[in-house]
Amino acid sequence: MNPEPTADTGVLAEQAPSSGAEPPAPSPTSGVGEPQPGGTVLAYLSRFRVLARWEVALLATVVAVFVVGRVVSPEFLTSYNFFDMGISNGELAIMALPMTLIVATGEIDLSVSSTLGLASSLLGLLWMHGWPMPAIIVVVLACGAVLGAFNGVLVTRVGLPSIAVTIGTMLLYAGIGEILLGSNIVSNFPATYTNIGVYGVPGIGLSYSTVIFFGLAIIFGAVLHFTPFGRSIFAMGANQEAAIFSGVRVKRTKTILYIVSGIVCSGAGILYTFKLSTAEYDNGTGLVLSVVAIVLLGGVSIFGGKGSMVGVVFAVLIYAGLLDALLLTGFPQQASGIVIGGLLLLSVLVPSVPEFRSRLRAGRHRLQRQAPEAAIVHSGSVAQPRLTGDSSSKAGQGGQPI
Amino acid sequence: MTNLDGALAQPTESPQRLVDLVFRLREYGIIAVLVVFIAVTTGLQPRFLGQQNIKFILLNATIFALLALGETMVVVSRQMDLSVGSVLGLSAYVSSNLFGQVHGIPIPVVFLAGIGIGVACGVVNGAIIALARVPGLVVTLATLYIIRGIDISIVGGGEVVASSLPAHFLAIGSDSVVGIPYVTMCVAVVIAAGAYFLRSFRSGRELYAIGSNPDAARLVGIPIGRRVFSAYVASGAIAGLAGVLWATYYGTVDSTAGTGYELTVVTAVVVGGVAIFGGSGSVIGAAFGALLLSTIATALYALNVSPFWDPALDGLLLVLAITLDRTLAVRLANAMRKRTFRHEP
Repeated sequence: MNPEPTADTGVLAEQAPSSGAEPPAPSPTSGVGEPQPGGTVLAYLSRFRVLARWEVALLATVVAVFVVGRVVSPEFLTSYNFFDMGISNGELAIMALPMTLIVATGEIDLSVSSTLGLASSLLGLLWMHGWPMPAIIVVVLACGAVLGAFNGVLVTRVGLPSIAVTIGTMLLYAGIGEILLGSNIVSNFPATYTNIGVYGVPGIGLSYSTVIFFGLAIIFGAVLHFTPFGRSIFAMGANQEAAIFSGVRVKRTKTILYIVSGIVCSGAGILYTFKLSTAEYDNGTGLVLSVVAIVLLGGVSIFGGKGSMVGVVFAVLIYAGLLDALLLTGFPQQASGIVIGGLLLLSVLVPSVPEFRSRLRAGRHRLQRQAPEAAIVHSGSVAQPRLTGDSSSKAGQGGQPI
Repeated sequence: MTNLDGALAQPTESPQRLVDLVFRLREYGIIAVLVVFIAVTTGLQPRFLGQQNIKFILLNATIFALLALGETMVVVSRQMDLSVGSVLGLSAYVSSNLFGQVHGIPIPVVFLAGIGIGVACGVVNGAIIALARVPGLVVTLATLYIIRGIDISIVGGGEVVASSLPAHFLAIGSDSVVGIPYVTMCVAVVIAAGAYFLRSFRSGRELYAIGSNPDAARLVGIPIGRRVFSAYVASGAIAGLAGVLWATYYGTVDSTAGTGYELTVVTAVVVGGVAIFGGSGSVIGAAFGALLLSTIATALYALNVSPFWDPALDGLLLVLAITLDRTLAVRLANAMRKRTFRHEP
């Protein structure tokens, strides 16, 4: 009997702050008085924490990473090193932006790095055939749009699960890139373009890909957080059925996002090719899992409906800073996966801690309630206590919020 | 009397039979595609079905088919295990490195060590997923990085070379009887056991129930956490075993062993008819999916087509397979609805 009232006050306390400035009448009149003011404040604080917690934690991590980086190497906080970090991670970071929006709708796009690779192959192939560079860039971006649209149509119109579709198109697009360019390596691009791998943006010093990333992050962030389009992304991610019934054009929105992802990733492919001044079929292979890791680390829920662009930008900074700091300390570069994987694991485990604790607590209550019953039946048959244990555990699991 | 019995039996039985039929068709479908593909390739290049070539295809398919068994157990319960490639790599290196560290270590102990490493990884994956109730996709994406990182820090720049391995060990991966490699036969037995478990054991069926509707599964009292945990442990153990087999087959093991296998395995599983969101599909289908992918790779080689076509074809096959599945599912749902309406009044 004990848990029920506490659960009720919990609900009341949850509702109280949402009614905001309304007179605090309900709490005195409801009579339960005592625990409620404390509960209200706690609930209010916890709600505030839910809003701010993740981004604040990420920001603290960013600061920690940069402080540690400065401690391990005096070269860490130099403009040259910032340029270097941007050059190594710029394309990855750019691909994380459309991925954020797609994951927020509850879908995923695993074909991003293959789109980058295909764009690189196409760029090399057309250049090999003597096309003018501006025309090539337009064609490559258009091709990216087509690739994205193909994903989008399969996911929205045919109704296939996006994870399976994009594993397929990941292979398919990488394969088309291989077929297009074969074992050719194109590297005679004009210096005007390949200089982006050597020089930063004049006056800023950061790499072009970094500047483009921050520019796009502002645009994508504004779209996600300050437009009806962005709200509809969160709406369909949180509850697709509800979004459809409230008139959100779910299929169209998702298709648009996949097309945008295709364009942005092929743009990243162009940057990647110029940066290395090499077009090869296997450019960008394997980047996709890092992109997904960054987006999830940034606090975007894999089930959709939750996340913020600020979080993803912080996650990019953590990823780039951490890899760079590890590199400067001479940590084997490949093994840095331990750190990235550890962060990713933390990013899913930490938010689940409160629920885990409440489940533990629920389990303890259940045991306490069960104890006398079990003691009574214990002298009876063996099957009896097991049965009651089963049914009450079922009730406990069914009743808890998921 | 018999007439009435038939009429009564019809509405309850026939939808069931229809569903069974469609699922069996899906399994036979992949075998049919395989047969047609082999027939066409053999028509174009008669040497394709040479003994050496068959052995090559089977050896190639063996490790993926084995991994597909573990992955199927996880995928039918609506989870995913992306760490299999890393587990394979870690197990392959650590187990084959034992020969250099412990002189005269018996081969079964090496196998047990490899499987043990896999079990340990599976326990970590499964415990996190079951206790914290977080999506397996994310957790195993993280452990993919972590286990690979551990592998790299253990291996350093070194590698195990074939000359340091005992001949008996390497023979496991290369010897064959009547053209069929030993290792393929052993794996076939393991896969058959896995298929039997998923099909006929209560806990195996419960994995399907969890994947098909987790809430309903919880309400009927299936211990979801425990089942999902076991599926991950099984998948880890299988990946560990596959790692040792990988070492017997390739002989040379460095820190890149098994990189990228996770997505190939998922592709094989889905091409083999396992629904990516769980609830349906069979181990046998998944094994044939792996065999089909491996056959395509070898056939391209035999037909003198550039191997660059291979990933594109795999991807296309995957997209076609899921499109077909979806179409069938929609048709099936419509057919069943019609039947229900017909029998209702």
